Amino acid sequence: MSDTHSHDHIAKHVRVYITVFVALLVGTVVTVGMYYVHLESVALTVAIAVFIATVKASLVAGFFMHLVSEKKSIYTVLAVTAFFFAGLMAITIWAMHDFPDNTADTQQPLPGAAAAAPAPHVP
Amino acid sequence: MDIPYTTQLREDTNLYNAKVGIWLFLASEVMLFGALFSSYILLRVGAPPGTFPHGLLNIPIGTFNTAVLITSSITVVMAWASLKMGNFGKFKLFQAITLLCALGFLTIKTFEYRDKFIHYEVWKNDGTRMTGHIEGNPWFWDTQTLKTKNLPAITFSPDAHHYAEPRTHGAGAKGEHGGHGAAVQIPAADIKRLSAFVPAHSTYFGIYFTLTALHALHVLGGAIVIGYLWGPGAKMWKTDPERFTNRIEVSGLFWHFVDLVWIFLFPVLYLL
Repeated sequence: MSDTHSHDHIAKHVRVYITVFVALLVGTVVTVGMYYVHLESVALTVAIAVFIATVKASLVAGFFMHLVSEKKSIYTVLAVTAFFFAGLMAITIWAMHDFPDNTADTQQPLPGAAAAAPAPHVP
Repeated sequence: MDIPYTTQLREDTNLYNAKVGIWLFLASEVMLFGALFSSYILLRVGAPPGTFPHGLLNIPIGTFNTAVLITSSITVVMAWASLKMGNFGKFKLFQAITLLCALGFLTIKTFEYRDKFIHYEVWKNDGTRMTGHIEGNPWFWDTQTLKTKNLPAITFSPDAHHYAEPRTHGAGAKGEHGGHGAAVQIPAADIKRLSAFVPAHSTYFGIYFTLTALHALHVLGGAIVIGYLWGPGAKMWKTDPERFTNRIEVSGLFWHFVDLVWIFLFPVLYLL
């Protein structure tokens, strides 16, 4: 948001803040409500919950943190952040296809270790 | 020496310096929490079936705490808007509500933690597992405690349901308060492992406490700054109102970020 505001301009913003506040509360109720609605697909349940959280976070960032009308230098900082955050999550998802074969539960026993009792799993 | 660009906009960024500073800091915070979220994803996806606890947190309490943080977010932005409109009295009122919300959030979180510290899981030698409470609600007991205290047995009130057993979705909405079976005596010799719901219990509680404690530290830090600006720091309003308003905006940006992190933490840890 620009750093010079008229009284009326701010008053208009206050109405937006209240609308966003109500939307955030509704979003919270919907998120919790989803928990009680049994969906067969776990992936769909996760996708809906993350989608609602993303919408809520966007409302907070966009209006409470004024990102809908910020300066270019802040968008530049956030674009770099978004790039690295997306990269972090991409590496995480990539790794999900990699590590299960390396766990104790799925590893083949080493030659000569067949007689050894499997170690109990401690979560 | 005067600090430059506390109110005046820099030519190159078109912002006052503190605003650039807080956004750079928040960018680093995104990566900090992002790394922990990615850890959560890997731990959860990599957990063998039945070993990643689910439904052990109190959803109504978590929902209430979410509403508390959302409320504090609007009072922070309303406090800033009040200063922009020259109403110092309203600023004081809104930030007082913010501080009460912060205190309320941390108090509720403390009680939630306490519930975990007195809640236990027992792994028996026969392969059965149960969750519940030990008579007297002791804190932080583990397998070693039984030996140290030379206890022959524990009196255990098992929960009606173990998290590894399937059940109707949503039935565990009250978490550990879902009811107890009759108390049973479990000989110490039959216990293979005993653990409270602490980080050592499982990777779930390890990441749960890491994420929520780090978030709670942010709430505490934000509340200290907001409290300072509400109390002794508020005298700047008389000498340099524009700079004071900018300070409130910057502290508010941090506070909204703390709210934003919780918006993701709540469904991830409590619901999914």
